[in-house]
Amino acid sequence: MATAAAHTAAGTEPGEAAHPAASSARTAEQQAAFDEAVAADERIEPRDWMPDAYRATLVRQIAQHAHSEIIGMQPEANWITRAPSLRRKAILMAKVQDEAGHGLYLYSAAETLGTSREELLDKLHSGRQKYSSIFNYPTLTWADVGAIGWLVDGAAITNQVPLCRCSYGPYARAMVRVCKEESFHQRQGYESLLALSRGTKAQHEMAQDAVNRWWWPSLMMFGPPDDESSHSEQSMTWKIKRHSNDELRQRFVDICVPQAESLGLTLPDPDLVWNEARGHYDFGPIDWTEFWAVLKGNGPCNDQRITQRRRAHEEGVWVREAAAAYAAKHGKATA
Amino acid sequence: MTATPTPAAAPTPTPAPTSAAASAQAAAPARALPANVAALALGDDALVLSHRLGEWAGHAPVLEEEVALANIALDLLGQARVLLSLAGDEDELAYLREERAFRNLQLVEQPNGDFAHTIARQLYFSTYQTLLYGQLASGESELAPLAAKAVKEVTYHQDHAEQWTLRLGDGTAESHERMRRGLDALWRFTGEMFQPVDGIDVDFEALRESWTASVTAVIERATLSVPDGPQSGAWTAGAGRQGLHTEPFGRMLAEMQHLHRSHPGASW
Ligand SMILES: [Fe+2]
Ligand SMILES: [Fe+2]
Repeated sequence: MATAAAHTAAGTEPGEAAHPAASSARTAEQQAAFDEAVAADERIEPRDWMPDAYRATLVRQIAQHAHSEIIGMQPEANWITRAPSLRRKAILMAKVQDEAGHGLYLYSAAETLGTSREELLDKLHSGRQKYSSIFNYPTLTWADVGAIGWLVDGAAITNQVPLCRCSYGPYARAMVRVCKEESFHQRQGYESLLALSRGTKAQHEMAQDAVNRWWWPSLMMFGPPDDESSHSEQSMTWKIKRHSNDELRQRFVDICVPQAESLGLTLPDPDLVWNEARGHYDFGPIDWTEFWAVLKGNGPCNDQRITQRRRAHEEGVWVREAAAAYAAKHGKATA
Repeated sequence: MTATPTPAAAPTPTPAPTSAAASAQAAAPARALPANVAALALGDDALVLSHRLGEWAGHAPVLEEEVALANIALDLLGQARVLLSLAGDEDELAYLREERAFRNLQLVEQPNGDFAHTIARQLYFSTYQTLLYGQLASGESELAPLAAKAVKEVTYHQDHAEQWTLRLGDGTAESHERMRRGLDALWRFTGEMFQPVDGIDVDFEALRESWTASVTAVIERATLSVPDGPQSGAWTAGAGRQGLHTEPFGRMLAEMQHLHRSHPGASW
């Protein structure tokens, strides 16, 4: 726990009965302590008092992030059995395994807020919670694995590095670990694309085609433009979010343009040009109709992804029941 | 069991027509040197089982098992790469040999089935690998360094399989029945593990005894019984080691090799 003495001192133990008037005075005191802690960049820890809306926002965001990690395993696992060299196969397997690990850390972070993994998975499977729309696009060729590493893990890092300083301690700490691994993934993706780009003509074309298909969806990963983003402002005050969607998107574009040049690949945007006055790259308009369509369930793979997830979960019921029954008989922890 | 019907002799490992001249060189020595026969046999076991376990990615019954199965698959792939590199070029051997040139046990190529089936395959194979690598590690062959490193990994694999056999066997009525079916279905592929392999200086009859004792103890603790059928079919004894495989293996290789073979000479 970070320097939390100030706000725990004002904390109420769960179930503590309080006189209504005393209780509302105490809530105001707790709120003030919380606000002060957040403003001072202190970490909020699981046992600290926090506003209900803060807790709910965090659960929603961490859950969506956890779901993205485990759904995100699917498009890449699609290529494990076809990886073209044993070295690439090992890298890909390790990457998909890392994503499962990220899912584990994040579900654990959500558990510190009083929400079980089971409950969150249920919301994912019933469509009440979402995962990143990027995983509703298909991996059609081997080069897509490289493009995902370079662009999708790259965009995830741009989004997540600021979360390492998120006001909620367990989430911030999970993000430190996750970001380290994501940057490996990004470098490996880049390196894999580079090998293709410098390879045979067919390999180079495969790499270019993948970048053509993944570029725009990657830009959409930062969410809608700032003037249409619903949760941004409050999250900024709470220091759950530290930069706006558009700021992060611009940062990502600025990072990618020189990398694409080194790769010898072209980003599929004729409007991409350096703007000396702004000190940033200008880029063309994003097709937000596509973004909303995919978000609402009409992407190329929405049904496929959620169906596979549900099936794995349902087919695993008897396994989880067996582990629980065995643990009950023998007093041991389950898997 | 001693005399086993010898299946039709398999052709020597031959690179695919698409391979470069270099790959002919890479695969050829396997014919002659016992050390290469051994490296190919054990390398192919690890390669093929790793591939099968990789098929679980995104389908495991619980998130912890996504991590655990991938972990085991990665260990095996690491072993395969070292072993195949002793016999030639790892990618040429993995991607350019035909089905009849693979030397793995038929056990490891069997499709995953349900989770209990996979665990049964893991129990049988990881117990074998732990015992075999334990002996190789203390020997003086070319395989000793690899075995010494791998024995730690495969001991974990064996423990993982044992824990799950216990949970499933002694869990619910359904899991008990599924575990029983998995153990039974794969039993007839277990005899092949104890066929001597050129270049592996191990007493395979003693290995069989240790293996049987170990597996029996786990199965009985799991409230199940050791299957009572034969440990090999008319064709299966030693067949995989001689390049005679089961039908699902060809489809597995088609998937595994397709991309590599579609781009002859490319590097990745
Ligand atoms: Fe991740
Ligand atoms: Fe990643």
